[in-house]
Amino acid sequence: MDPMYTHISQQYNAELEDIRSKVLQMGGLVEQQIDQALQALVKGDIALGEAVIMDDTKVNSMEVAIDEECSQIIARRQPAASDLRLVVAVIKTITDLERIGDEAEKIARMAVRLAGDERPKNNYAEIHSLGMHVRTMVHNALDAFARVDIEAAFNVAREDRKVDEQYEAVIRQLITVMMEDPRTISRVLNVIWAARALERIGDHASNLCEYIVYLVKGKDVRHTSLEQVEKEILGRPSGS
Amino acid sequence: MLNIPKANLSTRNSGSSPEPTHLKAEVQQLNFYYSNGFHALKNINLALAEHQATALIGPSGCGKSTFLRCFNRMHDLYPNNRYQGKIIMHPDNTDILGPKVDPIEVRMRISMVFQKPNPFPKSIYENVAYGLRVRGVVKGRGNVDDKIEEALRGAALWDEVKDRLHDLAFNLSGGQQQRLCIARALATDPEILLFDEPTSALDPIATASIEELIHELKEKVTILIVTHNMQQAARVSDYTAFMHLGELVEFGDTDQIFTNPRQKRTEDYITGRYG
Repeated sequence: MDPMYTHISQQYNAELEDIRSKVLQMGGLVEQQIDQALQALVKGDIALGEAVIMDDTKVNSMEVAIDEECSQIIARRQPAASDLRLVVAVIKTITDLERIGDEAEKIARMAVRLAGDERPKNNYAEIHSLGMHVRTMVHNALDAFARVDIEAAFNVAREDRKVDEQYEAVIRQLITVMMEDPRTISRVLNVIWAARALERIGDHASNLCEYIVYLVKGKDVRHTSLEQVEKEILGRPSGS
Repeated sequence: MLNIPKANLSTRNSGSSPEPTHLKAEVQQLNFYYSNGFHALKNINLALAEHQATALIGPSGCGKSTFLRCFNRMHDLYPNNRYQGKIIMHPDNTDILGPKVDPIEVRMRISMVFQKPNPFPKSIYENVAYGLRVRGVVKGRGNVDDKIEEALRGAALWDEVKDRLHDLAFNLSGGQQQRLCIARALATDPEILLFDEPTSALDPIATASIEELIHELKEKVTILIVTHNMQQAARVSDYTAFMHLGELVEFGDTDQIFTNPRQKRTEDYITGRYG
């Protein structure tokens, strides 16, 4: 077991370990939601899309349950130092995970709407590619959380720039489609909503990384540029 | 060299008060040996910020009470205990451990409140008057009465005892007795008040009132408190020092010590991993 978890109170150890593993479970579920929402979109699978919409309640109830456990730990154990930071980081992490879940649900709704429409020749390949990119970000952010790995967290945060660029490119492409044939506007708008949801997932994955930095270093790096954070935390310029 | 974040000491109050925080006392390379040769304090360097509360935390036997007792020369009561180093009081730069300094004089300037309330077997009035008499500065009944009221008000006890000042102190509740001891300590107009686990024998309500009092007392005095209750240290202090095996392991802002300690030993202790 992680040497972090060696309290005199075994029960306290178990409680902290429990919230950690539940965050990872919730993260696993959220990853699966993104995956299936993308599949539903690409394949035009209405049933799968509806399943994703239904399963969002599971994500929500996990958030509530973990929040409750965190409040219990604060009330009963008065955590300090790294324990306190873990609890705070978990509370924030699950909020972002829940929002990622909401974005996945939005994509699923668009998938259901688009399923009946005419499909483009490339079968939304550009959306799928953007989706896989952000899904990997979420996966790696959760991995960095599990391993308390600050380097990995920075790698994920750096990816968000690329996701933003990819999103811009997709939007430009979709605008061109609409300009060429205005009859596609209502359909393409739905595609844009899905792309927008994916871009937001990338932002939430970046937030997860900020909480990992807080957990490990005790520094709140929200609202700070990536370059500045890397310089401060790792003592080196960004990306090197 | 002091291992004190001096920048902290001078900037801490910059938001609320234009005056930078001054130092009330500086402990310099303090070593203490008990008469049996036990080296209880090892090269301690620490500064006390004026009108702030500094908490000493650490496991049993780490030397925190020994350290506290150096401040009022209590170790002088036993032969062959030995100090090395200095405790400089500001603003007069007196080394209170200096051989020429009278321990009685030190105890006027630095009062102490103990773990268990220890009022004298006398009336409430006499308990507080004792401090004034020791000081020998007060002549005339009216003057004494005023001083006693002032001290009892300072200890947030006046309203509860003003109609029964001549009752025996033992008739007060534990929390009231502890506040009476604080009033007695205040009667000599001390500059520093030492608390050695002042609430460990009290219930949560009495504890809360003592903690509130500590907060108010900071206006008048500088506070050094030893506590086993880490939440208490976190609640009442501005600075926290963690001691272990006679060494000062870490000293810093209480906010920093309890959210992001720099030393692993501090982290282990405050998170309950020590063992």
